[in-house]
Amino acid sequence: MADKIFRINMTTLSTTVEDIPPAWAGHGGRGLTSTIVAAEVPPTCHPLGPNNKLVIAPGLLSGTPAANSGRLSIGAKSPLTGTIKESNAGGTAAQLLARCGCKAIILEGCPAGDSWYNLAVNPDGVTINIESDLAGKGNFELINTLANRLSSKQGIITIGLAGEMKMTAANISIKDPDGHLRSAGRGGLGAVMGSKRVKFISIDPKDGKVAIADPEKFKAANKIFSKALVDHPVSQGLGQYGTNVLVNIINESGGLPTRNFTAGQFAGHDKISGETMYDKIMERGGKPKHGCHPGCVIQCSQIYNDINKNYKTSGFEYESIWAMGADCGVDNLDHIAEADSLMDDLGLDTIETSVAMGVAMEAGVLAFGDGAGICRILKDEVGKGTGLGRIIGGGAASVGRAFGVTRVPVVKNQAIPAYDPRSIKGMGITYATSTQGADHTMGYSVATNILKVGGSVDPLSKVGQVELSRNLQIATAAIDSTGMCLFIAFAALDDTTCLPALIDMINARFGINLTGDDVVNLGKYILKTEKAFNEAAGFTKADDRLPEFFNYEPLPPHNVVWDFTGEEIDSFWNF
Amino acid sequence: MNITVRLFAFFREGRFVEEVRVYPEKTTVTGVINDLGINIDAVGVTMICFRQCALDTELREGDQLGIFPMIGGG
Repeated sequence: MADKIFRINMTTLSTTVEDIPPAWAGHGGRGLTSTIVAAEVPPTCHPLGPNNKLVIAPGLLSGTPAANSGRLSIGAKSPLTGTIKESNAGGTAAQLLARCGCKAIILEGCPAGDSWYNLAVNPDGVTINIESDLAGKGNFELINTLANRLSSKQGIITIGLAGEMKMTAANISIKDPDGHLRSAGRGGLGAVMGSKRVKFISIDPKDGKVAIADPEKFKAANKIFSKALVDHPVSQGLGQYGTNVLVNIINESGGLPTRNFTAGQFAGHDKISGETMYDKIMERGGKPKHGCHPGCVIQCSQIYNDINKNYKTSGFEYESIWAMGADCGVDNLDHIAEADSLMDDLGLDTIETSVAMGVAMEAGVLAFGDGAGICRILKDEVGKGTGLGRIIGGGAASVGRAFGVTRVPVVKNQAIPAYDPRSIKGMGITYATSTQGADHTMGYSVATNILKVGGSVDPLSKVGQVELSRNLQIATAAIDSTGMCLFIAFAALDDTTCLPALIDMINARFGINLTGDDVVNLGKYILKTEKAFNEAAGFTKADDRLPEFFNYEPLPPHNVVWDFTGEEIDSFWNF
Repeated sequence: MNITVRLFAFFREGRFVEEVRVYPEKTTVTGVINDLGINIDAVGVTMICFRQCALDTELREGDQLGIFPMIGGG
């Protein structure tokens, strides 16, 4: 059976199952969400109005046995940035949607009235149901309740209270194999789902399976691909320390944004590092390794227990720990874990919300280092939708505007993540030129600036940074279309067997003959499609700039500023 | 000369987090790595005073040397 488009119109409360237009057939993941958003969403529409559409797409390899192929892409016009947006996450939903024969879900329109709804997806299509029990509930209660209502193997895509309140830092969460959550964090997509009044989507593939055109070729390629991932030395550190292994190396390089981007090193770095986190996990009976989807061979997630050895959080990521830690001056890992759990329950992007807290600290709302205060504000203000809570839930730029702060680390209104662009200049180019606001995952120049993966480019020099970011952003857009976790990129950059094996798997899945050049061209097409949407929405190259304070505030310890000219930044688009 | 050596990730196991160690003049980064019994092939990044350095760089009195295995994340 050919894959279909599952369309849900929330204005008319009707659903259809449609054939895939030929122009969309070769796409998956981000390539498909951006193609559909560009084709069907008026670029000037209000992101929370009836003309925006939430598009949910598995990748080209989702639902196959391919290692690390569990990422789900979610796209729309972002209410945070006003640009096109794709945010992806692990969990089981991508694999299960693919097994439903679903190429993409298109969620459009807005219902009249105050009812909340759930959507039930299976291979026959989608049904829309009134949801009276779980509206107003947090993500954890929702997952626990659905564990009794649905079979445990069903996938769940959900929003928390932040999404219901249409906060622009709201994320969309996806259930993992153990009932914990992964999140499509960036860009406020939870608010778009909330604007459609859909509380959750369940996915039941029944006995659906993904067909593979050439199973033997697929199996052989997957073996080579998996071996490349497992053998790469970065995978070892990721399995032991999680992504939080980065705290110490980014601190050592002087690029760890600290106390709202006023320093590049944090005195408490070791207390919040991956090494310390590993020791606490082992002392408290947690698990250092945990996969967010079946088939992951890297296992960078973990189970982090509290001091009483009770489960506290999982998927405890470097970006989240940096943002609540160094950026807010907090060196207590348990406060950070509590805040991480609260944000998962409320359905908030941990980067956006925590950077917003850092700006609020600068404004004097609470003191730098006050981890308990962050937790209190999350519970009593953000969770209850008070005025202050809605300002913080609106993200870092929202806090800056409300309190008259000039040091506001955002690009296109989206918070800058865990690498200071003054001392890791390749990341600054990615933040400035990304089609989606500041986002490290769009083109991870840190790999080559700091980690010496894929070669070495001096992080403090401007030389080579534009070309590096361009190549990475093109490659990333293509990888984001496959359903693959981005961490395959470390092996892909260093191991010459990795990318050809990935392309072989795509070819074996569909019975086609893509080449490496086709994949590069796919990445270029995606970036240009996204840029064209943004231009039609009113964005210009003047928006591809970092905040002014980076130009005049030298960052210790290297005491460097952001020194790219506009012309140099704009040369990114010369392809 | 006195060199402050900082180790990270699994390089700390059975060794230390940070130590001031005494080495002869002209000791290189490789010399320190060998002295500590670290497999040079496992080394990903070395930094002297927060700047990346080559393995054959000669250390100077008071330098702070960070030694990392090949790691990644993000």
